[in-house]
Amino acid sequence: MSPDARPADAVSDAVAAAFRDERAIVLATLIRQVGDFQLAEDAVQDAFEAAVTVWRRDGVPANAGAWITTAARRRAIDRLRRNRSVADRAERLAELTRLDAPGWEPSMDEDSTIVDDRLRLVFTCCHPALEMPARVALTLRALGGMTTGEIARAFLVAEPTMGKRIVRAKRKIADARIPYRVPADEDLPDRLRGVLRVVYLIFNEGYAAAEGERLVREELCDEAIRLGELLCRLMPDDAEVWGLLALMLLHDARRAARVDPSGRYVALEAQDRSLWDGDRVGEGLAKLERAVRLRRPGEYQLQAAITALQIQAPDAEHTDWAQIAELYGALGRLNPSPVVELNRAVAVGLAAGPAAGLELLEPLLTDPALERYQPLYAAHAELLSRAGDAEGAAGAYERAIALSANDVERAELERRLRALR
Amino acid sequence: MSQYMFLVYEEEVEPAVQAEREQQLPMFVELHRSLREAGLLVGVQRLHSVQSATSVRVRDGETEIVDGPFAVTKETLAGYYILECADLDEALQQAARLPMAPWATIEVRPIMAADEWLRVAREAGAELPDEAVEDLA
Repeated sequence: MSPDARPADAVSDAVAAAFRDERAIVLATLIRQVGDFQLAEDAVQDAFEAAVTVWRRDGVPANAGAWITTAARRRAIDRLRRNRSVADRAERLAELTRLDAPGWEPSMDEDSTIVDDRLRLVFTCCHPALEMPARVALTLRALGGMTTGEIARAFLVAEPTMGKRIVRAKRKIADARIPYRVPADEDLPDRLRGVLRVVYLIFNEGYAAAEGERLVREELCDEAIRLGELLCRLMPDDAEVWGLLALMLLHDARRAARVDPSGRYVALEAQDRSLWDGDRVGEGLAKLERAVRLRRPGEYQLQAAITALQIQAPDAEHTDWAQIAELYGALGRLNPSPVVELNRAVAVGLAAGPAAGLELLEPLLTDPALERYQPLYAAHAELLSRAGDAEGAAGAYERAIALSANDVERAELERRLRALR
Repeated sequence: MSQYMFLVYEEEVEPAVQAEREQQLPMFVELHRSLREAGLLVGVQRLHSVQSATSVRVRDGETEIVDGPFAVTKETLAGYYILECADLDEALQQAARLPMAPWATIEVRPIMAADEWLRVAREAGAELPDEAVEDLA
């Protein structure tokens, strides 16, 4: 008997919706209960497979999440009975069986337990003892709900490679006993910074893809923003969590303007501002405000504040460069880096005149870390030209042109070089 | 009398080949028993696969944690510690406290419990009684 196409589609949609909305929550709780990442994931997978058949036969249940939770728990009990390698197996089985008994009601603090479980999963997936690509993959799979195939495509690697990476990470979690818990207070700031780094890396992986593979990569930006929103719900008292979400939203608002119709990258000053997503900008500014109210400055908030000033100005000329220079100064004190210092020099040059900018830029010209960094020479040329040193500017433009890897960018530099003469 | 440490190096192999190796566990049990009877065996433990390794270094006062085994060929094995810890976090924390952590690399590898060693071998087809655990480690 083949099921009628229409109800089958409705069932598939319901299963897909439950997968998107409920999977990570069910998984997070089940991992704690069974004490084994792989086993919990297999049980949740079983439950979704069962849902396809059972819901088609009996109809979609009113509370799909509850149905999946119960089904996954029962599959976990079955799997735990067969699998002898899980630590504290007997206790775990007893606990799961108790939870499965008829008449057991979830307690009042169910919501806070769900939050705690999801936080545990965040910190386990982003554990520093896992290599970065594994953290990214696990986070996307366990918290973001992307399939292994989707993650593999987004990172342009073969699906079996990505599959192995995820399996290996889960094995390490089990064998090395990477704990499933929120870190102690003294470790929390450090570990949270690690989590934010994973999320921002996912965002940048999507955002930096200026050419080709664009549609797939946008999915990564969306997923990173969803993760950022989740972290804000889970840790609403941390300013940097809001700062990161603000930063991602403000970048994302300019997504459409960053690439021209032929797929090439467009720099901020040259972007068509009418293509910016005003709602997204508003959202980003609101999150930034929320972050700032917590009065705990951090690098993501500073970067978001810089981006906000650039976005809110009508054009480059009317931008508050003095304020931006100050924010770069604060960013450099928090996280010293020659690239931040270069950005500060550029902002100071625009705020206080080319001589002040050149003074800050001078030491960077001998920094070996920036020796082949094209933006340094482009900025140097710009400042020299404004200071009236056409000859020096021409030399710096030539150096920048030689280091440029992007056609559009190179054409722009060549145009500026010609304008000097 | 002097004590000697035997460090065992092996290549990771395909599951089928690994299963054949696991099946040889009775030979280990027999060897350990005879070494113990002869009063020669001080200790023996199997480590979890290198995939579960984490390396810890302290440089400029900062603890660096890296996924994977220690891989700088200029450095050579200088000693070992075995600690009983609640989980990997505690183990990494203790590793960073070692006085040599500022110049050395500490590879943190979980030890496979004797009953797990036995279970893995049995799953691969080795036939051994429960008491074999006593002789393994």
